Amino acid sequence: MSNEPARLPARAGEFIDRERPLTFTFEGRAYGGFAGDTVAIALTANGVTILSRSFKYHRPRGILSLASCEANSLVEVNGAPNVFAEGHVLRDGDRVRAQNYAGSLAHDRHAWIGAFGRFLPVGFYYRAFFRPRGAWRFWEPYIRRIAGLGRVDVNAPHGYFDKAYLFADVAVIGGGPAGLSAALTAAQAGARIYIIDDQPVLGGSLNYLRPDTAGVRAGKERDALVTRLAATPQTTVMTGASCEGLFADGWLAIVRDRRLYKLRADRVILATGALEQPAVFRNNDLPGIMLGSAAQRLIKAYGVRPGNVAVVLTANDFGYGVALDLADAGVKVAAVLDLRSAVTESALRSAAFARNIRIEVGTKVSEALGRERIRAVRIARVQRETPTKDGYAAPFATVDCDLLCVSTGFAPNLALAAQGGARLVYDQRTAMHRPEDLPTGVIVAGAANQQFDLAAVIADGERAGRGISSAEPDESTSGVSHPFPICPHPKGKEFVDFDEDLTITDIEDTIASGFDDIQLLKRYSTAGMGPSQGRHSAVNTIRIAALARGEPESRIGTTTSRPPYSGETFGVLAGRSFDPVRRTPMHHRHVEAGAQMMVAGAWLRPAYYGALHEAESAIADEVAAVRARAGLIDVSTLGKIEIRGPDAAEFLNRLYFTAHLKQPVSRARYAVMTDATGAITDDGIICRLSDRHFFVTATTSGVDAVVRSMYLWNAHWQLDVDIAHVTSAYAAVNLAGPQSRAILALLCKDVDLSSEAFPYMGVRTGHVADVPARLLRVGFVGELGYEIHLPAGCGEFVWDRLLEVGRGFDIKPFGVEAQRLLRLEKGHIVIGQDTDGLTHPLEVGMRWNTGAKPFFIGGAALQAHAQRGIARKLVGFAIDAGSAIPKECHLVIEGSEIAGRVTSCAYSTAAGHVIGLAYVRPHQAEPGQIFSIRVDGGKLVQARVVTLPFYDPGNARQNA
Amino acid sequence: MKILQCPLNGPRNISEFVCLGEVKPVPGPDAGVAQWADFVFMERNAAGRVREWWLHIATNYVFLVDRDTRSDEILATYRIGDPRLQHPTGEGSAS
Repeated sequence: MSNEPARLPARAGEFIDRERPLTFTFEGRAYGGFAGDTVAIALTANGVTILSRSFKYHRPRGILSLASCEANSLVEVNGAPNVFAEGHVLRDGDRVRAQNYAGSLAHDRHAWIGAFGRFLPVGFYYRAFFRPRGAWRFWEPYIRRIAGLGRVDVNAPHGYFDKAYLFADVAVIGGGPAGLSAALTAAQAGARIYIIDDQPVLGGSLNYLRPDTAGVRAGKERDALVTRLAATPQTTVMTGASCEGLFADGWLAIVRDRRLYKLRADRVILATGALEQPAVFRNNDLPGIMLGSAAQRLIKAYGVRPGNVAVVLTANDFGYGVALDLADAGVKVAAVLDLRSAVTESALRSAAFARNIRIEVGTKVSEALGRERIRAVRIARVQRETPTKDGYAAPFATVDCDLLCVSTGFAPNLALAAQGGARLVYDQRTAMHRPEDLPTGVIVAGAANQQFDLAAVIADGERAGRGISSAEPDESTSGVSHPFPICPHPKGKEFVDFDEDLTITDIEDTIASGFDDIQLLKRYSTAGMGPSQGRHSAVNTIRIAALARGEPESRIGTTTSRPPYSGETFGVLAGRSFDPVRRTPMHHRHVEAGAQMMVAGAWLRPAYYGALHEAESAIADEVAAVRARAGLIDVSTLGKIEIRGPDAAEFLNRLYFTAHLKQPVSRARYAVMTDATGAITDDGIICRLSDRHFFVTATTSGVDAVVRSMYLWNAHWQLDVDIAHVTSAYAAVNLAGPQSRAILALLCKDVDLSSEAFPYMGVRTGHVADVPARLLRVGFVGELGYEIHLPAGCGEFVWDRLLEVGRGFDIKPFGVEAQRLLRLEKGHIVIGQDTDGLTHPLEVGMRWNTGAKPFFIGGAALQAHAQRGIARKLVGFAIDAGSAIPKECHLVIEGSEIAGRVTSCAYSTAAGHVIGLAYVRPHQAEPGQIFSIRVDGGKLVQARVVTLPFYDPGNARQNA
Repeated sequence: MKILQCPLNGPRNISEFVCLGEVKPVPGPDAGVAQWADFVFMERNAAGRVREWWLHIATNYVFLVDRDTRSDEILATYRIGDPRLQHPTGEGSAS
């Protein structure tokens, strides 16, 4: 195989820029190319024909289509695996490596696998490696090493990827003759148009096909269309962009470089063309065997001579165009083999004949010969137009060649239509699929619509541009695709699926094993499951299945098309990772004070103030400050809701387990919300500010669901009430400790803070540091304290003032960890920690005055719970010094059974021992009883049930 | 990405919405636990035109949607009290 450069003279319309040469390496060896070359093109120009080793048999593989992203062309570029060599446009200095070989690409040590093909029938891995025992342990390391194609570099740096949104009246997918015509027509009606094409320049098939004997028409037509488009306003062209998915209501996913575009279009025109299909015969996978259109792309778009001596296998007029293009490029065309026995005359065929090109009709390739590259073909007569199982015929001649171009048919590229829900129906007359049940707003045009004559294609594009769905294709589309370009050979190796190394026998054996439905056939054999997703294998697989089942192809059906069309990296799907956080109005003060910030839902909250290694002592100091003097905690993240209206009280009374209808004005009540099954969903404080105005607090992480359920229930009840979600409108602090009243009095002059005037669970409005405020006397941490709600914009100011005047009392800011310990000492539950999805009020000792309320959500369920009896109770427990401290979710063990679990547990300085909350069985719940908790390591620790609260049982401190 | 015509917000991507389940008559204040259990856990789950509660997440707007459960096609959207509804909150069965 010669390595001499194979470049042709420059020509107009080529994709490369010969003024900008570049160098790259392949397998460590340096090669030259031009700007615009893809890896596959540049290697071919340098005489390198082996790109990879096949998946199963490690056979040498080269270019097949230059269009459709098959596994043949997967390479590693600059460390990134599984890059399509035919799609990656080279940059100077690129380092390219082949994949899936051991040793070297030319001498792959795994190639021996091919010799054992007999022992690796389709689906062999479902049956092999099970016996003898231990067989899998023997085989596994070897199989893991050779499985897969590319290698992942776990140290690869993170790339930058992002996303953008686009909007169009009309999105045209495909910038070939049909797409360009459609766009020009739609633009006349004033539409805003996007044209998406995955090639580097517009033109589609006009860049390589030869519809005329002179070979000039395609280029002229292309230039005319592109010039007209450039003069048309409101059209945007995106080349090098691949449409990876078509979703509902004209939503398209388009990938270009490292950006994912989400394009919303009123109308979508699929001018995606047709994919030329391979023929199936022995050794049809040899490097040097490519589709006719691939050879034409090489010659015209990249100026590369694809070989020296060529044979063309064809079944339509396109093959003759290929032969003329090859001859014009200086390739000796040894023969054109036409599968058809009776061929109507055409201008292209006459021109080929006139140039003394040998034409054999009714002839097929029976076998390709060669080791790393094709060197000859054995040709035989076609027995019939529609062969039977006895289709094999002895070859009558051998033709030497180093290039075989196959032009035996096309498959309309309808993957996007199928993604949108269209059914693909096999047209027996044309031997191609057409779409039915296209989604609204999606139109197919051009070769995708089975139009192949250039004038018809352009007219079809214009029709689509006017928004007219197409009618039945006309007669001109027969005779383009051969119905059975498949030649079985007694020695096999006739590849139907190149990605998965599947031969005719593999498909037939799958059906014979009973997997004859197309969905089972695909999954058992893996046909169509490789990188090309059946683009070159599906139709021939269906034909073989039809023959094996004795049914027409239209009865076989197709498998499901799903995005992405050609493959997406995870990076492009991830884009820029945004991790939004919510900050309270006092956030900066916490950071400045050295707080360790923790994530609570989307919020950032201070866990404690101090260095990481000082956590325990910092928290203990904060707890001690609150108990002895005063502490200040930012509780701005609390959910807050304003409920106003004539039916406000009735609304809350129906929605909550607790009673609020007759709640007095200026009073606060602990509120518990239950769902229709009686399970506790949230808790908080409900304050009555007036007859028709309630201020409701909810948990930080539960408020969104609470508000949602409020809107939903009132949609049913239609009560006269206004619901306003005001969480972020208010900043809130809890000023707690024996000195809290004295501190607050320095800043609040318009509210009588005395114990008689403002008792526990009272609500007052006034001003703190001249800022309007709501004051709630609540007892979450069990000390005299005030929950102060302020306009969010004033939160930081009031925080500063409170700490300033509190300095004389040695006030300390405290964080979430200290607050959790303080509330635990009072036995208060935390929703979601001490309750789970099933916990109902009776299990956690809430008093229920049955019959006090005629109705509330969950009432009926709780009646049933009460009648049935409860299965578990949440109790307080104490553990004496010296034992291990249990953690949350450690289990309560009774005998050999799980009787419950710990929900909260910590060492309490105030109590002098470990305290906690746990679910136990009802008979274990009497104060004084002992139960066992299993801690890490399996040890059992004894816990003693204790009446709640652990601290200040008379509530003297919180009620001060 | 489907578009859903929100009665309040106009055409929006369907990812902005949450489906809250099929419209069912809400048990009355005297209903027992069996009726509530049916309400919470049982759905007609018809194959065909179904009327559902939907919520627009950003605005907490609650409204009604008729959807074909076989094709997942959105057939109609209604605000509460829409004159086309037999019952202001849609509790008549969807035909």
